[in-house]
Amino acid sequence: MSSDSSKLAFNDGWQYAAAPESTDHVQIDAEYGLFIGGEFVAPADGRYFESINPATEETLSSIALASDADVDRAVKSARKAYNGPWSRLSAADRGKYIYRIARILQERAREFAVIESLDGGKPIRESRDIDIPLSAAHFFYYAGWADKLKYAFPGRKPASLGVAGQIIPWNFPLLMAAWKIAPALACGNTVVLKPAETTPLTALKLAEVIRDAELPPGVVNIVTGAGDTGAAIVNHPDVDKIAFTGSTDVGRLIQRAIAGTGKKYTLELGGKAANIIFADAAIDQAVEGIVNGIFFNQGHVCCAGSRLLVQESVADEVVQKLKDRMETLIVGDPLDKNTDIGAINSATQLETIESYLRLGQEEGAEMYQSSCAVPHRGYWCRPTIFTGVSQSNRIVQEEIFGPVLAIQTFRTLEEGLTKANNTPYGLSGGVWTDKGAKIFKLAQSVRAGVIWANTFNKFDPTSPFGGYKESGVGREGGMHGLAAYVRLEE
Amino acid sequence: MALSAVKTNSALPDLSRVALVDEVGVRERAARFQTRSIKKESKVEALKMVLSMIDLTTLEGQDTPGKVRQLCQKAMHLHASLPDLPHVAAVCVYPTMIGVAKKALGNHDIKVASVATGFPSGMAPRQIKLEETRIAVEEGADEIDMVISRGAFLQGEYAYVFDEIAAIKEACGAAHLKVILETGELGTLDRVRCASVLAMHAGADFIKTSTGKIQPAATLPVTLVMLQAIRDYYYETDRMVGMKPAGGISQAKLAVHYLVMLRETLGQAWMTHKWYRFGASSLANDVLMQLQKQATGVYQSADYFSKD
Amino acid sequence: MAAIGTRVPVAKTYKIYIDGKFPRTESGRYFVLENSDGDVIANICRSSRKDFRNSVVAARTAFADWSAASAYLRGQILYRIAEMLEGRSDQFVTELILQGESKRRAQKEVEASIDRLIHYAGWSDKYQQIFSSVNPVNSAHFNFSVLEPTGVVAVLAPDDSGLLGLVSNIAPVIVGGNTCVVLASEQMPLCAVSFAEVLHAADVPPGVVNILTGFREELVQQFASHMDVNAVVYCDGDADLAKDIQDHAANNIKRVIDRVDTDWSDDSAQNPYLIKQTQEIKTTWHPIGS
Repeated sequence: MSSDSSKLAFNDGWQYAAAPESTDHVQIDAEYGLFIGGEFVAPADGRYFESINPATEETLSSIALASDADVDRAVKSARKAYNGPWSRLSAADRGKYIYRIARILQERAREFAVIESLDGGKPIRESRDIDIPLSAAHFFYYAGWADKLKYAFPGRKPASLGVAGQIIPWNFPLLMAAWKIAPALACGNTVVLKPAETTPLTALKLAEVIRDAELPPGVVNIVTGAGDTGAAIVNHPDVDKIAFTGSTDVGRLIQRAIAGTGKKYTLELGGKAANIIFADAAIDQAVEGIVNGIFFNQGHVCCAGSRLLVQESVADEVVQKLKDRMETLIVGDPLDKNTDIGAINSATQLETIESYLRLGQEEGAEMYQSSCAVPHRGYWCRPTIFTGVSQSNRIVQEEIFGPVLAIQTFRTLEEGLTKANNTPYGLSGGVWTDKGAKIFKLAQSVRAGVIWANTFNKFDPTSPFGGYKESGVGREGGMHGLAAYVRLEE
Repeated sequence: MALSAVKTNSALPDLSRVALVDEVGVRERAARFQTRSIKKESKVEALKMVLSMIDLTTLEGQDTPGKVRQLCQKAMHLHASLPDLPHVAAVCVYPTMIGVAKKALGNHDIKVASVATGFPSGMAPRQIKLEETRIAVEEGADEIDMVISRGAFLQGEYAYVFDEIAAIKEACGAAHLKVILETGELGTLDRVRCASVLAMHAGADFIKTSTGKIQPAATLPVTLVMLQAIRDYYYETDRMVGMKPAGGISQAKLAVHYLVMLRETLGQAWMTHKWYRFGASSLANDVLMQLQKQATGVYQSADYFSKD
Repeated sequence: MAAIGTRVPVAKTYKIYIDGKFPRTESGRYFVLENSDGDVIANICRSSRKDFRNSVVAARTAFADWSAASAYLRGQILYRIAEMLEGRSDQFVTELILQGESKRRAQKEVEASIDRLIHYAGWSDKYQQIFSSVNPVNSAHFNFSVLEPTGVVAVLAPDDSGLLGLVSNIAPVIVGGNTCVVLASEQMPLCAVSFAEVLHAADVPPGVVNILTGFREELVQQFASHMDVNAVVYCDGDADLAKDIQDHAANNIKRVIDRVDTDWSDDSAQNPYLIKQTQEIKTTWHPIGS
């Protein structure tokens, strides 16, 4: 059953049968230790936590919980590797080790994709087609920089920093690990990385790859755990640089914790990006851009286009097309190759999203959800839009981190621009118009670190990414992403 | 060339308001349809649907009555050992072969479609095109596949192209009119969309991508643009128009992806041979091989499927 | 003659490499490569002007797709060439030794060649970033300059290097999206032909690299004068030769790139400026406004 105003019927008749990706070639151990000094070791106080599959609520593996003592051990290992073999290697040889990681990831791509979907809930189609290939490409790109750093900093001599402490989120687990580890290593640093507590598995499998690639022990250390483990890394006196991707709230805590310590840091935080559609846009493709921007990866994307600003004269058309398109989105088993929207990453996150859905209705907005079926067990949210919202609504101001879109109209370019910039965030923005001059004007005027014109959610290792304002500080990716991992001497 | 004025009831639409199309966006959306994995019972259902939508085609200079009779035999009897096979939707031939086809098909359901209007180039005087259409209809064609005048269209002579389609539609009488845009000659997707809107307003019952005589013929991106034009036209006028991609679809797997694209753009109402056709000659055998593979679990050889 | 009871080895026929295939020279001519004792190593194709002409056609045809390939893809292919060369190191070491190198120097040369390919593979998606610019013009326009490959490049590979000089001149040309026709060293041509096999195994598209063997004196003028070649690279010769090349290149204002007296074994011989030499710069303007 489509929306009331729809003239098209999508869901009767010919259906797609289940097309499950096979998982029998995939190896997940019952228990994982911490990866320190080139091998897996037991946690100091013997504590473990479970990683579960959010689509089935089943336990996948038992994961070591790193205590302060474990973090200390990891940092010491990273420091030893930094003072020793890693700094003594030629830059070209450093690059070759990183190339090895990329190549092995390519060889084991399918296994990584399946595990990513099992652990985090994202559709296999996305982990297979986007997350894993981009991760390998990231290692490839930065491997090539290792012996070329002097070209990236005119007039300066780049030198490594030392030990980097890195904390990553659960929405693109392997990709975020690649975004952090690859440039750090290319610039000659060593790493202590903590994956998110709900998605540790691909980072641990990456540790296996790093071990198989024969990187000197201690160059990369993976310590699993939750907030306390992260705090131990941030507060450790022998860490030279902190890199964090996650919520703005935690980013604020980290910035305060590091204050006065002289540690370098980069923060990639939340967002509430506006996707601006002008009347002279290619409307069908813009609608696809909206869908891409907020519904894929379950909306668990910091740069998601979670606000739609549509020019009033085409608003009805856009909303109708959007509703029709939403009807064809399949919410379901992440391991089914036809799934478009997978499981919400955790029970906690689902509660957060659902509280915003209630809030939006309380604030007077009109909620519309597609009519697709969802499985019984597991954490699910149908794609949702809110119309009849205003700029002051909390569902328009606050980051929901789910497949929920708030829709507003505007009349003039200035009004659209004002609304787009009227937010403490500034991670990304979208502009849809067929007129070139307008694209450059908007690109110049929207206060965000990434502007997508006539496209959305495009990522490439060569393209810098990062936010203005409370969306963070620093850039990852591209030549600009090297700056975070070097000290510049004259 | 003097153009005779043709009376028509329909009005030339305002083509300055035809939707813009972004090619990169279309290609990405089309590629996404190809990641759908159609398996098991839904694959069998799709393959049978594909068969039921095929216009089995022979449009060669070397066609003879014998060739056309063979084609009709194949149309009626696709394969001896596969049970419950639907028959194809139609056979498609040149006007001089309509009689042969009708006789060979007898009382069978299968329709006879004929090309007309100086197929494939469309470079014939208006009177000839109209006369050819009338002859085809008299010979018993159920459907007429016409070509638009691409030269005039590219010159911006939209009224001329519109009038021509409307005139041919009138000459069709009760026969259904498919309008071939020859998308491979139109250059950009914007023009494909424009031609689609023009043809529908002029009275097309179906819009069709290609003659199959030039490259590129049907592609997923071009078909998507035409389906979206049909959808918007339906929202505007409540009139359904059919769609036929032709040429370049010889793999069953690709045909199934075309059905995925149809389902997710226009929905269930279009998923019958009444509103959707495949213009193809060798597609049928690949579909049959896939059906046999589904039934037996074993990959097939072309040796076991008749080549007519 | 092989001693009774030992196996009779099969000698390799050295051909040339044009458009992804290994034909003999259309002229049917050859020259004999001898070692320092005067023993015959192999018969080498003495390529003709027609071979060069056919190579340029192949290179021009291949240019559209190769230059349109993503930087990522070109980097992947260059990395693959390195992988293939690494796997066949022994063959190349043997050929260098046959042509007079010591075993130690041959090994170092092969290793350096592999590492050089890796180095350039890593430039594929970066040289654009260091050499492009956004130009802050004094009007309401967005203005940007990017590098684009120049087209078909004719390369006269260094005569005194069996492998490293060859690789050092091919890699920066193709990583930048150009296609090329290469004349191998006349003194040490064996590795050039074997390198063609490596390119073939690495999925380098046909026509992107074409490798000819033959007499320098006969072919220099062809390399320098052809109207459908966009740049010519030379690595040897005296002032007279340089003048000759410049003179012929003026036919179609070919870009002339002098790399004479380069020590290919030094690290300074690998750098992104060698890529830039076969690139054009395109500047585009677009209004900023509504």
